[in-house]
Amino acid sequence: MTEGYGAISRRDVLKTSAAGAAIAGSLGPGNVAMAQGQADAPPHAAVTLKVNGESTRLELDTRTTLLDALREHVKLTGTKKGCDHGQCGACTVIVNGRRINSCLTLAVMHEGDEVTTIEGLGSPDNLHPMQAAFVEHDGYQCGYCTPGQICSAVAVLEEIRAGVPSHVTADVSKPSPMTTTEMRERMSGNICRCGAYSNIAEAMAQVAGVKA
Amino acid sequence: MKFDTPAGTNPIDRMKVVGQPTTRIDGPLKVGGHAPYAYEHQELPGKPAYGYVVGSAVAKGTIRSMDTSRAERAPGVVAVVTHRNAGKIAKGNFNTAMLLGGPKIQHYHQAIAVVVAETFEQARSAAALIDVDYARDRGAFDLAAAKVDAPDATGSDAPTAVGDFAGAFAAAPVQIDQTYTTPDQSHAMMEPHATIAAWEGDKLTVWSANQMVAWGAGDLARTLQIPPENVRLISPYVGGGFGGKLFLRSDVIMASLGAKAAKRPVKVALPRPFMGNNTTHRPATIQRIRLGATQDGTLTAIGHESWSGDLEGGGPESATQQTKLLYAGANRMTALRLAVLDLPEGNAMRAPGEAPGLMALEMAVDELAEKLGMDPVKLRVINDTQVDPEKPERPFSQRNLVRCLEEGAERFGWARRKAPGQVQEGRWLIGMGVAAAFRNNLNMKSGARVRLSPSGQVTVETDMTDIGTGTYTIMAQTAAEMMGVPLAKVTVKLGDSSFPVSAGSGGQWGANSSTAGLYAACVKLREAIVAKLGFGPGEATFENGQVHVGNRVADIASAAKGGEIVVEDSIEFGDLGKKFQQSTFGAHFVEVAVDRYTGEARVRRMLAVCAAGRILNPTAARSQVIGAMTMGVGGALMEELAVDKRFGFFVNHDLAGYEVPVHADIPHQEVVFLDEADDKVSPMKAKGVGELGLCGVGAAVANAIYNATGVRVRDYPITLDKHLDKLGEVV
Amino acid sequence: MRPFTYERAKSAQDAAVKAATTPGARFIAGGTNLLDLMKLEIETPTHLIDVNGLGMDRIEPIDGGGLRIGALVRNTDLAADARVRKDYGVLTRALVAGASGQLRNKATTAGNLLQRTRCPYFYDVNMPCNKRKPGSGCAAIGGFSRQLGVIGTSDACIATHPSDMAVAMRVLDASVETIRPDGTTRAIPIADFHTLPGQTPHVETALEKGEMIISVALPKPRGGTHIYRKVRDRASYAFALVSVAAVIGKDGKGAVALGGVAPKPWRVEGADALLPNGSKAVADRLFAGAAPREDNAFKLTLAQRTIAAVLAEAKA
Repeated sequence: MTEGYGAISRRDVLKTSAAGAAIAGSLGPGNVAMAQGQADAPPHAAVTLKVNGESTRLELDTRTTLLDALREHVKLTGTKKGCDHGQCGACTVIVNGRRINSCLTLAVMHEGDEVTTIEGLGSPDNLHPMQAAFVEHDGYQCGYCTPGQICSAVAVLEEIRAGVPSHVTADVSKPSPMTTTEMRERMSGNICRCGAYSNIAEAMAQVAGVKA
Repeated sequence: MKFDTPAGTNPIDRMKVVGQPTTRIDGPLKVGGHAPYAYEHQELPGKPAYGYVVGSAVAKGTIRSMDTSRAERAPGVVAVVTHRNAGKIAKGNFNTAMLLGGPKIQHYHQAIAVVVAETFEQARSAAALIDVDYARDRGAFDLAAAKVDAPDATGSDAPTAVGDFAGAFAAAPVQIDQTYTTPDQSHAMMEPHATIAAWEGDKLTVWSANQMVAWGAGDLARTLQIPPENVRLISPYVGGGFGGKLFLRSDVIMASLGAKAAKRPVKVALPRPFMGNNTTHRPATIQRIRLGATQDGTLTAIGHESWSGDLEGGGPESATQQTKLLYAGANRMTALRLAVLDLPEGNAMRAPGEAPGLMALEMAVDELAEKLGMDPVKLRVINDTQVDPEKPERPFSQRNLVRCLEEGAERFGWARRKAPGQVQEGRWLIGMGVAAAFRNNLNMKSGARVRLSPSGQVTVETDMTDIGTGTYTIMAQTAAEMMGVPLAKVTVKLGDSSFPVSAGSGGQWGANSSTAGLYAACVKLREAIVAKLGFGPGEATFENGQVHVGNRVADIASAAKGGEIVVEDSIEFGDLGKKFQQSTFGAHFVEVAVDRYTGEARVRRMLAVCAAGRILNPTAARSQVIGAMTMGVGGALMEELAVDKRFGFFVNHDLAGYEVPVHADIPHQEVVFLDEADDKVSPMKAKGVGELGLCGVGAAVANAIYNATGVRVRDYPITLDKHLDKLGEVV
Repeated sequence: MRPFTYERAKSAQDAAVKAATTPGARFIAGGTNLLDLMKLEIETPTHLIDVNGLGMDRIEPIDGGGLRIGALVRNTDLAADARVRKDYGVLTRALVAGASGQLRNKATTAGNLLQRTRCPYFYDVNMPCNKRKPGSGCAAIGGFSRQLGVIGTSDACIATHPSDMAVAMRVLDASVETIRPDGTTRAIPIADFHTLPGQTPHVETALEKGEMIISVALPKPRGGTHIYRKVRDRASYAFALVSVAAVIGKDGKGAVALGGVAPKPWRVEGADALLPNGSKAVADRLFAGAAPREDNAFKLTLAQRTIAAVLAEAKA
């Protein structure tokens, strides 16, 4: 089954799924899902994601990526599909505190996981400091890679604080410094074809409280 | 409004809102993830199905047979459309190849089918079940081989000649005669081409990523052979274009055909690995440049020939364009030659012509400077011209190239530049390079509608697009300036073919033309307000939400008390572009470091100084330029669609194979705009910057690499393999 | 992507049994390479066994010295581990030179070893490829081969192995520890783990049907200066044209392995002994019998020069 069409809220998704419980009952998380109805219908499975703090139960074709689950089923389209192959970073979301490419992971592999998307970081009238810094420094142009850039930027500052080394860390036996050189290297998985990199570095430096 | 005499003083000159570095009014939506791009629109007339496009597996040939039965029987499949059941399809005015191929195949990954299913996953897997049998034809895929008998281009691309080039070149005491090559390049915008199509009866609505709404809507009607009034194209947010979304592409056609067959809305996005060959690209060039000069550096002969290829019926990459206008010189010639190639369709990519043309020309100028023993900044300065060198009776409307070069040299510390191969820091060889930037200013007719509501809100409606350029913001600034209201009192609605036709986003004409069109509409609104209030005659001043005429004053909102005031106008450009050469100018300065062991080149510093008329919003304009500089670094160092000359396709057709710059490639970038206002171009006195920023960057990087290494590479991109064996022995 | 059924494995042996007995079954862990390939139908499993819940995500000391890295340790965690950073710096350096931060957060140790080639012809299902479709031919030979292999290749395949991590593990003499469906375990020296293409380029590792990697063991730290030098066109987020992993002692002796040049991390023990003699001697020995193509012959020069850079850095 697929979710009902329309601008439904995440709460509605929950309701829809609950109503479908009779069908979905045997499809507990992690069970092998066998086709229902049509003999050759593709296998489905149930998964509960905690998206931006709200639990969302979805009944999905096992092939559904986390990215497509967010965009096409939860209707959170802030997370972008730029390449669908892990080559651009537009789909970056934060799962259980870590940034990942949501295009290269299956939704059914995220039972119970906490997913933070751009919509969960802040809202247009209550922006996250990183979102506000992107506006202030014009850290975008077309805006398509921007949600991924921002999710990555937030996570990158955490990674540096947590002492994760990078390719430009001079001495990997020591913590990495909070510099724009470190930020640039760590942000390199987020391509911006408009070329806002120089401004993004300034936005990040401002949030990190360091010199650009 | 007709613009046929230079602009006098007008309300824009106040520059209270226009010209200010306002942050983008669409910024909060974009950073919040709430700006809806083509594939994301939710308010549709029915539950959408998903379309997945199938591309040809051969570059040239014929589909002998096609078996779609397995796909049709696959779970969830609603429809399969191919040339056999699509109905009559024509070619759009702006396309070279058909957007739906079959039985004839014109290029690799030409769309041949769309599979529509209930879900994306079902559509994608069913698409793989279509079996096609092709008769493969021999094709021409090698520009160097096809160059030999490529004829001269015709029409506006025909050869030009002034004076006696051959004689002057032969007699010149200092000569450069070199050949340069630039590769095929891909726009690689981050948002793939995407469309949702929905039919209601015979009316078709498409939500599509498109830079030129009217061109797109027109070609959609033409391609599907339906009346233009039955088509509506909506494109409020475009995730990058760079010329790749100037025209109707296969996503629109396949979504429309799929939706018709499925009898419900259909969503189609082109898969990334499909884009390199299915869509357009910037064609490769082979360029021969001959420069002749006297010992004091005066250019006496300038010759530029360029070869490129395209499908039958396509056009040349006009790489000689800037050479007609950039430098003085009594004897000159240019020629474009066009070979027929069976590679995918070549077409405009950011600064078509000038971008690859300046990559070659500005390297040749650097070579001449070295041969003369002259500073390359000085060589460019002494060969400046204030008139069109081919038609000296035509002056430039405004030309401050020399100031760009000299001010840039000063700011960049150009005087510290040493002879090639002289500066080393550890394993890095350091060099500086310069190049001139030049791109013509184009103007296009542009219209807008303006509404004044009883609450005093000003609403702008035009089919103009914002592809990252900042259109929303500069339109709001223009309306606010004209109507004397704060930015918050302006609402801007863009990208809908039901709005007045605008210039669209292309050729760096968008900002100036579309704001000029809005200026015209605002002039009309001002007149309507004054008339409604019964003020006048006399000069009206609009400020602080009020209109003043003589000693009479009123809130502008009061004029709409009895109902919204709606006006519409457009700007049309007369022959000032013929009387005056209108161009934009700049100078790019680059410092690079080249690893003396591995030959890797990395950019350390970049500066652009631009002279482009009035800058409508320095923040957005600067972003355009830094973005273009970034693309220029890509072109200089890494970007190349690799041609497989046997199978006839671009091999590296995804973002892992086609490398574009990442964060780590780009240092802090400096941009300076000269304080200008060009009254010959429009009432806004502004010109474009989005393409100017790219022009010359590649050559500046290349010249810096030469300055670092002493090794000249004339074949872009300058990857390490091209100079590695000349960087000196290492043990 | 073809439809597949999905299950979460209950134990390592259970996973191995399921993989051996379920037709079309594959393990999935990080998924960053497998899903990429499934979307293009280069990989077409009909059943996925999710092994993420099996633990195997710890890095533990081995009695007598060395470290045991769980198969599911994410690349980020392996690179950031204090013991790895201190004693196996080449491994940290190789890991952080690979992919992007997002991918490293997901990609696992075992999955990294099992990455498939990035040959563009392997990635385009319209093209002949003996690795993707045995017997169909190799479009890369005579085609665009700039990224491809110069040694260890065959007339059936010139693909390279894309991993950075594996190159460091090769220089560290790691061994790959596995479990088989019958419950037995074994340790495969990394030198023997990846196989050369010969006439069977679709066979890429020594793993048997159902056999699953459970850990990778690193021997005792060998001291010395640890260097990983990756050469690429752009500064980050790109596969290596050539990479050099080296551990070099104060006496100039040590070990060196190369990435980007061969179907497996390329190390020739005889070349290690030549390190004190300089980069030319090492490169000549490493590339004896090389079969470069027109597009990638530069890799021989580049490899020698990169080794020279590494030797200079070790000396500094």
